[in-house]
Amino acid sequence: MPIIEIKNASVSYNNSDVLTDISFSVEPADFIGFVGPNGAGKTTLVKSIFGLVPLKTGSIELFGTNAKKFTDWGKIGYLPQQSSTINPLFPATVEEVILLGMLSQKKLPRKFTKADRTKVDEIADQLKIGGLKKRMLSELSGGQQQKVLLARCLVSKPQLLIFDEPSTALDPDSRESFFQLVKELNKKNGIAVVLVTHDAGFVGKFAEKLLYLDKKLVYFGKFSEFCKSDEMRLFFGEHYQHIICHQHDK
Amino acid sequence: MDINFLQYAFIQKAFLAGSFIAVTCAALGMFLVLRKMSLISDGLSHVSFGAIALGLFLGVYPYYAAVPLVMAASYLILKITEKAKVYGDAAIGIVSAVGIAGGVILASLSKGFNVDLFSYLFGNILSISTTEVVLSVLLSFVVLAVLWFYYWDLFSATFDQNYARTTGVKTNMINIILTLLTSLVVVLSVKVVGVLLVSALMILPAAGALQLAKGFRSAILVGCCFSLVSVLTGITFSFFLDLPTGATIVMINAIIFAIALIYKKIA
Repeated sequence: MPIIEIKNASVSYNNSDVLTDISFSVEPADFIGFVGPNGAGKTTLVKSIFGLVPLKTGSIELFGTNAKKFTDWGKIGYLPQQSSTINPLFPATVEEVILLGMLSQKKLPRKFTKADRTKVDEIADQLKIGGLKKRMLSELSGGQQQKVLLARCLVSKPQLLIFDEPSTALDPDSRESFFQLVKELNKKNGIAVVLVTHDAGFVGKFAEKLLYLDKKLVYFGKFSEFCKSDEMRLFFGEHYQHIICHQHDK
Repeated sequence: MDINFLQYAFIQKAFLAGSFIAVTCAALGMFLVLRKMSLISDGLSHVSFGAIALGLFLGVYPYYAAVPLVMAASYLILKITEKAKVYGDAAIGIVSAVGIAGGVILASLSKGFNVDLFSYLFGNILSISTTEVVLSVLLSFVVLAVLWFYYWDLFSATFDQNYARTTGVKTNMINIILTLLTSLVVVLSVKVVGVLLVSALMILPAAGALQLAKGFRSAILVGCCFSLVSVLTGITFSFFLDLPTGATIVMINAIIFAIALIYKKIA
C-alpha cells in the first residue's frame, strides 16, 4: 500500500492554476526529491497533502485513507520552511517544542506524561541535542534549531518525513551532516522521506527518486532513469540534466 | 501603612475579584501578545463601552448586555478577517469604532446615565458589588479551565499555526475559543481598570514576563505574578494615596515592565 497516493490533483488560487493534474505515489522507504524552480508549486503540493490547501480536482490518499478523513497524523512528520517557523520572541524551550510532535497521538485534553518526556529525552540524545533540552529555541544556532525541529518530527515515530526546504538556514557543513542524518533514518529505519528543494544539483546526492515540478509534473521516477532519458535531455538541455544528475559521490 | 484597611469589605472584595481577573488577564494575554493579537483586547473594550451603554439605556444590568455583545463582536472580527479580505487590525478598527460610536450616540440620547458610563470608562474596582465579585470569580474559573483544557492546542497554534494543523489541532476552533475568551476577560476587566485601560492589563504583564522567561509555561506563571502584584499593590496605593485605582494598577504594571526590560539588558 502506498503511503501517499495522489491522483489528478489540481490547485488554484484566485482562478489561476498553481498545480495541474498531478499524479504520483510515495512508497514505504522511498527517498524522493521534490524539485522545481521558485513558484513551481512545491510548497503548495506539500500543503495540499496536509489539507492546508484545498484541491480543485483530484484526490489524495494517505496510508490508504482519503486525506480529508485521515486522522493518524503521527505517522507523518513535517518540517516546514524554517524561516516561517521560529518567532524570536517566543519563549518555548527545546523540550516543549519537541513535545508538540506528539500532539496528534493525544486526545483532548491533551496532556503529556513522564513516558512522553522520556521519548523526548531519547530522541534528543539520538540527535545529540540532549544537553539543550531546557534552553530556549530562539537562543540556539540555525543548525541546532533545525535538529530540534527534526526531533519534533521524529518523536512520534513517523513512517514518512516531509521536509520543506530544510537547508535554507544552514551553513554548508550543517547542511551536509543534516542530510546524512536524514539518509541514515531512511536507510536504517526504513522511513520514507520527501525532500522539497529548489537545489536540483544537491538533492540527487541523497534521494533515489526525483519529482520535478513546474506547475505540472515534468518528471517522476528514479534519478538513474532521469539521467539516461533523452526526453529529459531535450526538455532540460544536456547541461542542466547533468547538474540534476550530480550523483558522483553517491 | 495601616494594614487595618484589609478589614474593609470593599477592599476584600476588590482584592478577591482583582486577583482572579489579574491572573486570567495575564494568562490569556500571553497568547494574544505572541500571536500579535494584542490590540483585539483594545478593540473589544471599545465594543464593551457601546454594549454597557446599551445595557444602561435599556435598563439591563450592563454585564448582561456586555458579555453576549462583546462575544458576538469578537466573532464578527474573525469572520470579517476571514471572509471580507480585510486584515485583522482593520477588522478590529471597524468593530471598535462602531462600538464607541454606538456608545456615544446612546449616551447622548439618554442624557441621564452619563456619570455611570464614565465610571466604566476608567473603572472603579473599589466599588465592585458582591454580584460582580461572584461573576468575576466564576468567569475567571471558566476562562482558566478552558485555557488548561486547550493548553497544548493553544501553545501549538500560537507557536506555528500551519504545523499545528498537521498534527490534528483544529486551529480555526482554537482561534474562535481564544477570541471568545478574550471577550469575557475584557468585560471582566472593565470594572478593574476601565474601558480605556483594559488592553494594558492584558499586554503589560505578558510583555514583562517575555523579558525574563526561560520557557512558555514559566512565561505564563511570571506574567500572572506580575499582574497579581500590580493589581494588589495598585489597589493598596490608590487607597492610601487617594489615586484612581485603574490608572495606578496600569502604572505599576508599566513600572514592572520597565524593571524587567532593564534587568534583561544588564543581566
